[in-house]
Amino acid sequence: MAEIELKTAPADFRFPTTNQTRHCFTRYIEYHKCVAAKGEETPDCHKFAKYYRSLCPGEWVEKWNEQRANGTFPGPL
Amino acid sequence: MEKEMILHSLSWRFLTIAPCDAAEPWQLGSQNAATPIMQGIIYLHHDIFFFLILILVFVSRILVRALWHFHEQTNPVPQRIVHGTTIEIIRTIFPSIIPMFIAIPSFALLYSMDEVVVDPAITIKAIGHQWYWTYEYSDYNSGDEESLTFDSYMIPEDDLELGQSRLLEVDNRVVVPAKTNLRMIVTPADVPHSWAVPSSGVKCDAVPGRSNNTSIFIQREGVYYGQCSEIRGTNHAFTPIVVEAVSLKDYGSRVFNQLILQTN
Repeated sequence: MAEIELKTAPADFRFPTTNQTRHCFTRYIEYHKCVAAKGEETPDCHKFAKYYRSLCPGEWVEKWNEQRANGTFPGPL
Repeated sequence: MEKEMILHSLSWRFLTIAPCDAAEPWQLGSQNAATPIMQGIIYLHHDIFFFLILILVFVSRILVRALWHFHEQTNPVPQRIVHGTTIEIIRTIFPSIIPMFIAIPSFALLYSMDEVVVDPAITIKAIGHQWYWTYEYSDYNSGDEESLTFDSYMIPEDDLELGQSRLLEVDNRVVVPAKTNLRMIVTPADVPHSWAVPSSGVKCDAVPGRSNNTSIFIQREGVYYGQCSEIRGTNHAFTPIVVEAVSLKDYGSRVFNQLILQTN
């Protein structure tokens, strides 16, 4: 029997409403701020990556990754 | 001959085997509840119906009485009543109390629907397209591109197998575990859509550029059918939603097998 861990981004009380757009965006920024501060290798940032992957539609992440590569990402990184 | 035809039509109307939790022909009521929210919606409907019947009976009585007593033959000279303090107080007070009795359970239900109480165990993203749904399971990713993603298309009428519902069956169902808190994130990739499953009591609009969250707690295993609920173009009627609730163990092995398939 294959085991998978049932775990996802927790409920965040900064975003208690139906609209979770900001939740996803904030988690994405948090991850990249974390990486910028602590470097790629530290395991501390993994949880933020897991959170934003759970919350953001793949298409959005793709777009933002592209924008970051081009230096046109609108968020505070 | 005619009798046969009637019997045939009756059997189609009443003897159809309900295909799990889908709409039935000539259905008048709600589908069976699969989540506490849907149970609440059905109870609220019953609560409101009590007042509805009360008002219906009362108003009908007044109407019939008035028609009867003010008929020109039975009562040629009507009484000239223009004022009655008691009746005026009653008919002002009661109609203002009744909405209150409807509003209290209604608001309680409304706010319990979008309350974030517990941490969900699984996040599933439903992404609306013209004209199909894409589902993403991204809790088990280790990179940005590896999520378990699949499209869910309606099975065309010609390919249906015996027992499958026309315009309701899809090729890839959303598999979710029963008795688990789920977070559904609903968003479209093009125009507005709406992700709806009646027996789960969920109808969540998908608005471009925004991701909406709705939580589901399915209480029993089963297959739940729904349809897109936002008119959005030619094939709007052909984008059904099928949720298959399985036990937690089965869910684990299904997702694991899918992940192996995708990574290899």
